[in-house]
Amino acid sequence: MSRITGRFAGTLGTFHFDAAFDIPAHGVTGLFGPSGCGKSTLLRCLAGLTRLPGGSLRVGEETWQGAEVFMPPYRRPLGYVFQDARLFPHLSVRDNLRFGLRRAGGGKVAEADVVEFLGLAPLLGRYPARLSGGERQRVAIGRALLAQPRLLLMDEPLAALDRDSADEILPRLRGLSARFGVPALYVSHQMDEIERIAQHLLFMRAGRVVAAGPLVDLLTDLSLPFAARTGAATVLDLPVSAHDDAYGLMLCGTPPLRLTVPGRLGAVGELIRLRVLASDVSLLRAPASSSILNTLPARILAAETADGPHVLVALRVGEARLLARITRKSWDQLGFALGQEVFAQVKAEALAGAQ
Amino acid sequence: MWTAAALTLELASITTLVLLVLGVPLAWGLARAKGWWAEVVGAAVTLPLVLPPTVLGFYLLILLGPNGPLAPLLTRFGVTTLAFSFPGLVFGSCVYSLPFMVQPVRSAFAALGQGAWEAALTLRAAPWDAFFSVALPLARGGIATGALLAFAHTLGEFGVVLMIGGDIPGKTEVLSIVIFDDVENLNWTQAGQIATALALFSFLVILVTLRLGRRMERT
Repeated sequence: MSRITGRFAGTLGTFHFDAAFDIPAHGVTGLFGPSGCGKSTLLRCLAGLTRLPGGSLRVGEETWQGAEVFMPPYRRPLGYVFQDARLFPHLSVRDNLRFGLRRAGGGKVAEADVVEFLGLAPLLGRYPARLSGGERQRVAIGRALLAQPRLLLMDEPLAALDRDSADEILPRLRGLSARFGVPALYVSHQMDEIERIAQHLLFMRAGRVVAAGPLVDLLTDLSLPFAARTGAATVLDLPVSAHDDAYGLMLCGTPPLRLTVPGRLGAVGELIRLRVLASDVSLLRAPASSSILNTLPARILAAETADGPHVLVALRVGEARLLARITRKSWDQLGFALGQEVFAQVKAEALAGAQ
Repeated sequence: MWTAAALTLELASITTLVLLVLGVPLAWGLARAKGWWAEVVGAAVTLPLVLPPTVLGFYLLILLGPNGPLAPLLTRFGVTTLAFSFPGLVFGSCVYSLPFMVQPVRSAFAALGQGAWEAALTLRAAPWDAFFSVALPLARGGIATGALLAFAHTLGEFGVVLMIGGDIPGKTEVLSIVIFDDVENLNWTQAGQIATALALFSFLVILVTLRLGRRMERT
């Protein structure tokens, strides 16, 4: 699989920046970090909007920036979605969408597909001043996609929106990379947004990339802050295997990783993402009564047993990983240990669809 | 008088056109430039706003005269001097009205900020393309204001015209000079008519400019 690799380093004012990265050239990569850690700076460097001498950037086989090369932003086949949309106020929605499309000279992303995917049809004749914040951002995403990018950069596109508008756009972002075959780098300081849409994660702090890899690996890495936060969670991508319409439930995945989930979030065969909170997973030495749904065979990979009332446990279930947060008392009383085969009990109600 | 009126309109129109071609790029450069020299150029461009027109006219006369620094260049085109000629008037008017064109256009460009510009660059628009397809249309209010002000200002100029143009009927005698001559010859009626016409026209220009600005604010 081709990759996107590079490094940008330099001093901006009093801020020292040195970000090296290597991400897959497919899917959505979340770029997470606290405010002011340099996420936007990295994105601007990738786009060529900020030029740091000595930077390097390769996208697949192409060198966008190197010792002797600096492609200006307008030569880089990329799409950039700004936090503030930045639509052209003198152009209609249709002409905004076509701005990059016309200059890219067409490509595999078709106007009609983007209009349909983002629900833009009713907006085409309107001007940006007459759009809501959410509508503007949808047009901005469409405009970037139609520029036929080989890399889509999104700089907190939902940060300025109210919760409802954001919730309307998020599910579309999840399918976007696969649908249009464009890798995306999605900046956010909201981990729950990234958990809903990303497959990979770059974690930045103080101008550096401090961790990178598949999202699930980083979420369950006990040395990183994700597992320790209050709302710690992992994600599972499982295909819907059956519906239980009598009880309004879905069966997802195949044994050993088979879960019963309330609701009907997708058709049979469709991949859906489940988010499992660490506090909703408990551990047993043997499967309890068969009346309890969602008891999965698991192996203890790692545990964080510092003082304090809780123990954080990383588990492997089949090919997937889970996090469990149990009390230190039960950890000691049940005599758990690393490498041990146990049973993880996941409350079905605890599984929140990400769709 | 009608010859003078036609000449005045011609002078104002040509000056405005020349200023559109030269002033808009200059304003763009000033709006985007960082550094002390941009302030120096900006100050030089604004100078005609406060300089007594006779002072400006005096320097232009020397510059354009047969012994001026531009003389060697002018003789190459078979012209000995631009002083007391219509082209000389155009040159002088352009310098004199430059700030009226550049200031509003510069402000309009500056108000655009980096947002739309960067968006255009990330959508494959090269800088010249982004200038014509995004910056220029978005600054159209400022450009229209600048053109109107430059036009109106050129219509009414007196000091600079008198210094470098004199009052040769049909060549350099514009309306403001006619008013002056009329008053000197005690021809109060015609002076009053021309003055009223110029005052009304100027008022209309300001009114249109303000309305235009209001409309731009709303979009």
